[in-house]
Amino acid sequence: MSTVDLTINGKAVSVDVEDRTLLVHVLRENFNLTGTHVGCDTSQCGACVVHVDGRAVKSCTMLAGQAAGCDVITIEGIANGDELHPMQAAFRDNHGLQCGYCTPGMIMSSIDIVNRYSGKLDEATVRHELEGNICRCTGYHNIVKSVLDAAGRMKVSQAAE
Amino acid sequence: MGVEGIGASVKRKEDRRFITGKGRYVDDIKLVGLTHAHFIRSPHAHARVKGIDSSEAMKMPGVVAVLTGQQIVDDKVGNLICGWAITSKDGSPMKMGAWPAMAPETVRFVGQAVAVVIAETKNQAKDAAEAVVVDYEELEAVPDIRAAIKQGAPQLHPEAPGNVVYDWHIGDEAAVKGAFAKAANVVEMDLTNNRLAPNPMEPRSAIADYDTAEEHYTLYTTSQNPHVARLVLSAFYNIAPEHKLRVIAPDVGGGFGSKIYIYPEEMVALWASRKTGRPVKWTSDRTEAFLTDHHGRDHISKAEMAFDKDNMILGLRVKTHANFGAYMSLFSSAVPTYLYATLLSGQYMIPAIYAEVMGVYTNTTPVDAYRGAGRPEASYLLERMMETAARQLKVDPTELRRKNFITTFPYQTPVIMAYDIGDFGASLDAAMKAIDYAGFAGRKAKAKSEGKLLGIGVSCYIEACGIAPSKAVGSLGAGVGLWESAEVRVNPVGTIEILTGSHSHGQGHETTFAQLISERLGVPISQVQIIHGDTDKVQFGMGTYGSRSLAVGGAAIIKAMEKVEAKAKKIAAHALEASEGDIVIENGEFKVAGTDKSIALPMVALAAYTAHNLPDGMEPGLKETAFYDPTNFTFPAGTYICELEVDAGTGKTSFVNFVAADDFGRLINPMIVEGQVHGGLAQGIGQALLEHAVYDTNGQPVTASFMDYAMPRADDLPSFQLSHTTTLCPGNPLGVKGCGEAGAIGASAAVINAITDAIDNNKLEMPATPNRVWHAIHGKAQ
Ligand code: FES
Ligand code: FES
Repeated sequence: MSTVDLTINGKAVSVDVEDRTLLVHVLRENFNLTGTHVGCDTSQCGACVVHVDGRAVKSCTMLAGQAAGCDVITIEGIANGDELHPMQAAFRDNHGLQCGYCTPGMIMSSIDIVNRYSGKLDEATVRHELEGNICRCTGYHNIVKSVLDAAGRMKVSQAAE
Repeated sequence: MGVEGIGASVKRKEDRRFITGKGRYVDDIKLVGLTHAHFIRSPHAHARVKGIDSSEAMKMPGVVAVLTGQQIVDDKVGNLICGWAITSKDGSPMKMGAWPAMAPETVRFVGQAVAVVIAETKNQAKDAAEAVVVDYEELEAVPDIRAAIKQGAPQLHPEAPGNVVYDWHIGDEAAVKGAFAKAANVVEMDLTNNRLAPNPMEPRSAIADYDTAEEHYTLYTTSQNPHVARLVLSAFYNIAPEHKLRVIAPDVGGGFGSKIYIYPEEMVALWASRKTGRPVKWTSDRTEAFLTDHHGRDHISKAEMAFDKDNMILGLRVKTHANFGAYMSLFSSAVPTYLYATLLSGQYMIPAIYAEVMGVYTNTTPVDAYRGAGRPEASYLLERMMETAARQLKVDPTELRRKNFITTFPYQTPVIMAYDIGDFGASLDAAMKAIDYAGFAGRKAKAKSEGKLLGIGVSCYIEACGIAPSKAVGSLGAGVGLWESAEVRVNPVGTIEILTGSHSHGQGHETTFAQLISERLGVPISQVQIIHGDTDKVQFGMGTYGSRSLAVGGAAIIKAMEKVEAKAKKIAAHALEASEGDIVIENGEFKVAGTDKSIALPMVALAAYTAHNLPDGMEPGLKETAFYDPTNFTFPAGTYICELEVDAGTGKTSFVNFVAADDFGRLINPMIVEGQVHGGLAQGIGQALLEHAVYDTNGQPVTASFMDYAMPRADDLPSFQLSHTTTLCPGNPLGVKGCGEAGAIGASAAVINAITDAIDNNKLEMPATPNRVWHAIHGKAQ
């Protein structure tokens, strides 16, 4: 058992965990942040993606202890109150989800993609960058559209800031 | 059409909770006192369980119980069943091997559970499972069809000599023989339809909660049909009386067929909850999903098609062997028979068809319905035959198809199905135009001059959806009727609740069904709540699969709504002192036709519940129920064409274009329909290029994780170009046909036809991996 101090969605927290505990389980079990999903045991599917210190990370691949001192943002932490994050809004507007299971991970990965390619995204790049996330429902067609749409929206909202 | 009514691409109501991480999936649920189950699964494909020693495990921290297969048998929990009886050619019933929820004696596939550990935490259950010692005596295994039916092969079940489940047939053998005798040309092919793992992204999960005081069970489960789960669990598995069992399927993260059936883990969780007096949760990991979620497809077929001198089809003969895995799953027996062979006429006038299907047991995971279930196998076989025939007969593949299309409806095929309506030429035209079929020869010549291999592939599919007319399926051996129920409740303030027996796991019912109400009653969809997936709330239903939700479930909603409207009109007429026949409903108002007198729906609803001023003799309240049983299947159809390039150096394919022209009848929400098609196409293309559940010769699964089983990713797929042509289904009040499976049914043949065109070699099996394609190009058998 170790005590891990970290920040989750802007709130400083402390948690006692077995050393083998993965970040995803701390989020889901200790903090009830069940939007972060588990879809595989091999870090292939991306259903568990969260942001750690601003970068997309598969939370099933990180021990909770490795997140000590980090700033973790989950799907529950990206909207501004009732106002959706532009990526969330774009997924809804472009029907970028069906069962919704892969969706939190897709959104968290996609925000990171847009951040990294600010302004220079095209379809081929989005498809390539989404290689770590699997969706079984949408055929990706509308996810790709959503990400490209959000890229525009995020640029506008960043410019406005 | 209202802004939110039929035909509007309304944004989905359910999305907000999914995009904010507030979805309610089974594994998200926590109960007080929850324990966790971890199954101990066989590492052998075929073995005898000689003993299980759990004494060390019982001493480990947090362990509540270790329960074994023998205990579940001793407690008289029933064996798993198959719900569709198939009779062999010789009149004998299909051969069912007994399938206990956990194996007491013999295991027949890798991953079959022999015991379960229940502990305070998941990790404690896993740790303790390591300490349970199972003594296995390994037996020889037969993982594939050909090996299983060989003389002297190891036998899986004493009930099934030769490992044969059934040897079934359909059609007129003599007529087909006659057709071949007068044929000018015969086309022959051997085809394999590869085994797939359905892989919904949400792994299966179950929480069972036994209430000792009430002797009542609650089961939260990832199911596509909670009512059928309750029915089967109580009627056949002896778990709980039906009125003492509540089954809840909350948000479910995709199913694609794999969550239709009842699985051993759900049975064990319920039984273990009663035994331990604690709620029990089990959630599959991905490898368990590969081992235990029922697989799809896995056919080997020999097909022959006879043509006359004018290239008209005279007859079709098919012999298929279907791999069922180790046990017969709930719907499995129907898949390669009534869901497959009955679609072998495709879009074509084929005067005579004869199909034989032998179902075979092997030491592999059970096989059951997966997206399309039987129809993809039929469509793939037929559309590869048509393409190969066109090449052999040296005619354009679209012309050969068009020439043989059925053009008058209704049309009775020789294999049971009676197509109600269709316009196959219209879809073919639309797809050819979208891909510029006429310009392909030029593009191909240019590519060739640059040393590139370009190919085009056509696939014209038809499917039978809206499963299914109860009488028809009953006469074919189904153990259930497949109607659907709905209840429309207008609340006193005029908001509306729809209770439906169908189940949404990504299809957007909360939006589409609300649109039906919005269209008729003029209320915004925000005022309509769709309730599904809970047997305590919805009286009964048959769930979602076979694209039945709208054609059957939606029709039930319409029927219930008609009753509500009739009563509401009476109330409105009474209030407005008009005659009932003069009342029309417009934008949520009940109007007296030709006047400005009207009363809004909420006032009618309030009147129904205050009951101060109702027509004499009228019961208060405004809610109605309807059960809708269709009279026929629906028949979505369409044409998919894909153009792709094959890299001769590596065998890798890349898409140039993929067009889909579908006829789904009326579209309620085109945005959702297109999303469904995209997903289906991805699964069909996945089968064609990437996916394959592989076993080694000892029955060890080689593809039991996403590291080994190639799931389509964004980069593997193109963006799709969709269009719709429309013939309205005459069989249901909405004119809808169903769209959920089309993509998976039609896509595989289009892709393989395009690759075989590009490489000029008709012999290629799915998945067309670069390795296989390279060998096909360079002439070495693979
Ligand atoms: S659960 Fe983390 S990648 Fe699949
Ligand atoms: S929406 Fe279901 S897996 Fe992506």
